[in-house]
Amino acid sequence: MNAQTAAEPLDKKFLTPGVMVLILLAVNGIAFVLARIFFGIGAVTNLNDQYPWGLWIGVDVAAGVALAAGGFTSAALGHVMHREDYHAIVRPALLTAMLGYTFVAMGVVFDIGRWYYIWHPIFMWNGNSPLFEVGMCVMIYMTVLYIEFLPIITERFMGRVHLKGILSHLTRPLESVLRVLDSTLSKTMFIFIIAGIVLSTLHQSSLGTLMIIAGPKMHPLWQTPVLPLLFLLSAVSVGFPMVIFESLLAARSFGLKPEMEILSKLGRMVAPLLGIYLAFKIGDMVIRETFVYLATLTTASILFLLEIVLGVIIPLRMFLSRFVLKSPLWLFVASSLVIFGVLLNRINTFIVAYTPLFADKPYFPSIGEISVTIGFVSLLVLLYRALVLIFPVISVHKEYVTPISKYSIRGSVK
Amino acid sequence: MTTHGVFRYNTRDLALKPNDKTDVQPRRAFLRTALLTAAATATASDIALGESSKVPPPDRMGVLVDLTACVGCRSCEAACKKAHGLLKNSDDLAPSDTHISGRRRPNPESLTVVNEYKSSRAPSHSTFVKVQCMHCDYPSCESACIVGAITKKEGGEVLWDTDKCIGCRYCMVACPFQIPSFEFEKALKPNIAKCDFCFQRRKEGGVPACVEICPMEALTYGRRSTLTEIARRKIENYPERYKNHVYGELEAGGTSWMYIADTDFKELEFPELHGEPMPGTSESIQHGIFAYFVPPISLYALLGGLMWITKKGKESREEMGE
Repeated sequence: MNAQTAAEPLDKKFLTPGVMVLILLAVNGIAFVLARIFFGIGAVTNLNDQYPWGLWIGVDVAAGVALAAGGFTSAALGHVMHREDYHAIVRPALLTAMLGYTFVAMGVVFDIGRWYYIWHPIFMWNGNSPLFEVGMCVMIYMTVLYIEFLPIITERFMGRVHLKGILSHLTRPLESVLRVLDSTLSKTMFIFIIAGIVLSTLHQSSLGTLMIIAGPKMHPLWQTPVLPLLFLLSAVSVGFPMVIFESLLAARSFGLKPEMEILSKLGRMVAPLLGIYLAFKIGDMVIRETFVYLATLTTASILFLLEIVLGVIIPLRMFLSRFVLKSPLWLFVASSLVIFGVLLNRINTFIVAYTPLFADKPYFPSIGEISVTIGFVSLLVLLYRALVLIFPVISVHKEYVTPISKYSIRGSVK
Repeated sequence: MTTHGVFRYNTRDLALKPNDKTDVQPRRAFLRTALLTAAATATASDIALGESSKVPPPDRMGVLVDLTACVGCRSCEAACKKAHGLLKNSDDLAPSDTHISGRRRPNPESLTVVNEYKSSRAPSHSTFVKVQCMHCDYPSCESACIVGAITKKEGGEVLWDTDKCIGCRYCMVACPFQIPSFEFEKALKPNIAKCDFCFQRRKEGGVPACVEICPMEALTYGRRSTLTEIARRKIENYPERYKNHVYGELEAGGTSWMYIADTDFKELEFPELHGEPMPGTSESIQHGIFAYFVPPISLYALLGGLMWITKKGKESREEMGE
């Protein structure tokens, strides 16, 4: 690892006014989760027999998985392609993916009616069901992400275990456990890294297969047999924008200098990826002749155009611009647009496109559903903040911070 | 179907020739696998080969609903409740005069409902539509269920297993007839509720409760193959009485419950479905992606190779530098 940009636990405050707001939002979300546990799904959500799936599946699960794609795309870049220059972004992306999937899993747990049976798919299989595949892949991939995170934990604690009092004689054994774990992991990590990428391509695409079985209940603008391919391509193209978005946000929040050199290089790869996605999306539309649905202004056609124009075409053009790639602000805007596009695509596919046969009024998420979704996102951000303060995740250029070494004498000299 | 790309299939008679299908199965399955592996890795533009791997049981039973005979007394609703222990004190077992128009759907309190549809041509004329699970020959719910809690049984019934169900409600998303109902209000052990084709009564030699009670004999219970013949003969003998359409004979690949009526089924809010099994496309994709685990393992090997090559490249670059 390059010593100049080695990752370190950040030496910053946890509590800020923004963090206080996030805590409030998280508490509000948790309150509605408790209400869901004690009074049932019907008490908290607007779901019914016509609309069995809503915001939680569309955003918490489907969009959550897509937006955690930065984990496997940056792992592919950093580890499989061995591009050392990108190593600074691999750990933050890994942490985002790990937390992202944790909250996807929590979203699923509270969305299913019998949450205490969440373990059933491990033993009761249905190979025909894309949901089964998604469930298994997400479960295994989440484990892989935790394993990938382990070296960061061993790095943090190796040589620093100092247990006090009665536990003090455990210091040495614990230390050797950490060392064995560290050396085993560094030898076998490639197995997990590749597995993580394979698992990701599998379930990112199968998330798209989910809605195919709904057949004519899906709006033709989104119902296509290439949905899995479109889901995979959009997930791949949102991976780097998500890393850029999060890196710029973290830099701003912690008062660090943005890693523009790496981020611009990452940004250069976004346009081709978005281009491939757009080509398939438009090609599919032309082949199935669904553009006829765009002739009339309906909720579906407006949202479809918004998804394509604002979420794909405009950021695609932006990522081609040298000026945008050099400017933190515009890079942030372009990345946000891609993220918006994929988020809207998942909402469109799972909620807007779904038109049940006997619904008298359309579905709109309840305050409870929105609260839980916002609460989970807040909790994710809070955990991210806490973990980068504890563990060496974010790389900081040495010239911008005072070096803190074990041997330095602390205190004021002035 | 107009421009639904997915649903532009060739019409093939699937439901009525089980033996014919079994003979062809292995070779077709192989071809499909080969095709799909190519399609999934390359462009995947035309995966709509829609074909389910499971063949419906040949001796499955069914019910033929003659909507021209139904007078909307709703005794079947009451009989169904009684048979499933859903009867409340306020419910009346006697035939009812209160017709309920439009869109009531089967729900956990009533697994079947009868709705009135006023004719658009003659306002005095009504058609009464009994709604319950259609017991598809290729059930979407069975294909979709994450834990395999829903199965099509030998007798034709599509059954739900409470011990497996996790309440994910994917069956409700998948069902082309929008039948499964969920107990949203229950915090613990919410059920998926739907018609079970009275499998318990039938196992004991009886007939479904609704069939037994119907005073107009609008419901005929029998072997599905016989029922399609009866329906065809009825339409042939009374062409002025029936529309020439046995709903459920071909829809969604065929259903165990079938309907004949004097009104267009579209007017009675029966979904317009093509003749291919609903789970076909998604199952083809699933089996293509997982064909003997070849695609995932190939991808793993490819990435491993790439990792090794780039590592070698990096090492040699470092040596050059030194």
